[in-house]
Amino acid sequence: MKEVYSPLVMEHFLNPRNVGKIENANGIGEVGNATCGDIMRMYLRIDDNKITDAKFKTFGCGAAIATSSMATEMIKNKTVDEALALTNKAVAEALGGLPPVKVHCSILAEQAVRAALSDYYTRQGIDPEPIVGHVMKDVHEND
Amino acid sequence: MQKTIYVDNAATTPVSKEVLNEMLPYFTEYYGNASTLYSLGRQTKLAVDRAREQVAKAINAEPSEIYFTAGGTESDNWAIRGMAMRLGPKGKKHIITSKIEHKGILRSLKVLEKEGFEVTYLDVDEYGFVNPSDVEKAIRPDTALVSIMFANSEIGTIEPISEIGQICKKHGVVFHTDAVQAVGTIPVDVKKDNIDLLSISGQKFHAPKGIGVLYIKKGVNPVSLINGGSQENGKRAGTENVPGIVGIGKAIEIAVSTMDERSKHLSELRKILIDKVLILPKSRLNGDPEKRLPGNASFCFEGIEGEGLVMRLDANGICAATGSACSSDSLEPSHVLLAIGVPVEIAHGSLRVSFGDDNTKEDAEYVGDVIIKTVNTLRAMSPVWDKIKDN
Repeated sequence: MKEVYSPLVMEHFLNPRNVGKIENANGIGEVGNATCGDIMRMYLRIDDNKITDAKFKTFGCGAAIATSSMATEMIKNKTVDEALALTNKAVAEALGGLPPVKVHCSILAEQAVRAALSDYYTRQGIDPEPIVGHVMKDVHEND
Repeated sequence: MQKTIYVDNAATTPVSKEVLNEMLPYFTEYYGNASTLYSLGRQTKLAVDRAREQVAKAINAEPSEIYFTAGGTESDNWAIRGMAMRLGPKGKKHIITSKIEHKGILRSLKVLEKEGFEVTYLDVDEYGFVNPSDVEKAIRPDTALVSIMFANSEIGTIEPISEIGQICKKHGVVFHTDAVQAVGTIPVDVKKDNIDLLSISGQKFHAPKGIGVLYIKKGVNPVSLINGGSQENGKRAGTENVPGIVGIGKAIEIAVSTMDERSKHLSELRKILIDKVLILPKSRLNGDPEKRLPGNASFCFEGIEGEGLVMRLDANGICAATGSACSSDSLEPSHVLLAIGVPVEIAHGSLRVSFGDDNTKEDAEYVGDVIIKTVNTLRAMSPVWDKIKDN
């Protein structure tokens, strides 16, 4: 059981990639709530079914910032289908693992990507639910 | 290598060289069991007696009223549970405390509630003060004990202990105070303040971890929790932690004799930091600005989360604390901040700096600079801050 942050989590927390907004984003999703202490807002620019840019803004602990950073790295220059296949487990593994009490941060990152993709479909007049599935706005909703 | 600036002295303090030197012979040279008859044991017994006198003098008690324990938490448990076990069978099954006590008190009380005791948790005001008249109103014929902390560990507020002591005396109710953050830092006088039971932790004033004291006023008789040999006047069994006892005796003597100058120094550092940091918009000082522990500065910064702040301070060599939910296993923010009315989302962004004797004015300036820089960096990443800014 990991109780402390891995060096990779620390690296992504101290030097997060892709922080900020995308002015011409065509997929924006926000998950979490301030009461629980984590909010992630994900901005995507999608052209020809490819994620050409991904940025985030996150309010949360070190793990929340690190998972946001890693998730954006993992979906950049990938197709929408590849981004839809991103799992919280893959994000956590790419970071060298997370302490058990912080696993919800990786779920939040996965859900933030899905929320942004959901918004992308909605903007095109496509019902996102059959493609993206249910997006958990709050990862504690199933607790 | 980067210098470490330790500003978490409310959590623990380093053992001072002077205290360590006093303790060292009791590990290898004077190692006798204090309960034995030969001279090696007598020497140990004399050292324990001397420490008992040192502690008694520091809080204006009698040496026979000083009982050594394994720390503040044991002292709290003994006071709470010991009095409940003594007075519960006599029909006194009501205890009064506040919502901002240390977990050593609150968790002990939770256990007692399951055993049929009733607990009144008094509210505090926005600065964290318990109102003495609330204590008086809560006292009932079946009240066994009032337990109110001397000073709060998170927000530094110093409670009106003298007034509460007087009220308890007037109503004949036993009064316990968790003085873990106070002893060694601010004046404590058990006679003047009518205190019946008082918890002390050595690690807060340069004695080692694992040594504490429960002051028990003559005539007050909490039931013993640790049974066995007749150490500590038959009330707390177990071979004495002699090096620890020698250490706490020396440390409390030094702490009290240097209190005025240390207090002045710590207050100066605190002022430098608070003046600097509160320039940040949407930041607040938690606790009373005046009646607070001299080294304590507790803040909340809107739009950010405390764990990230503490970790980034650490990356800059600064050791500080947060009451953020994310720093705890429970994912609940600090019960103290919630009790003083800080909204949950703001309580997530808390930071506690507690200065110690070794800190300098340069440290305070540096810590302030890094806090400002880090809060701004985290806010630039925060969608919550975007919303606060836009409103």
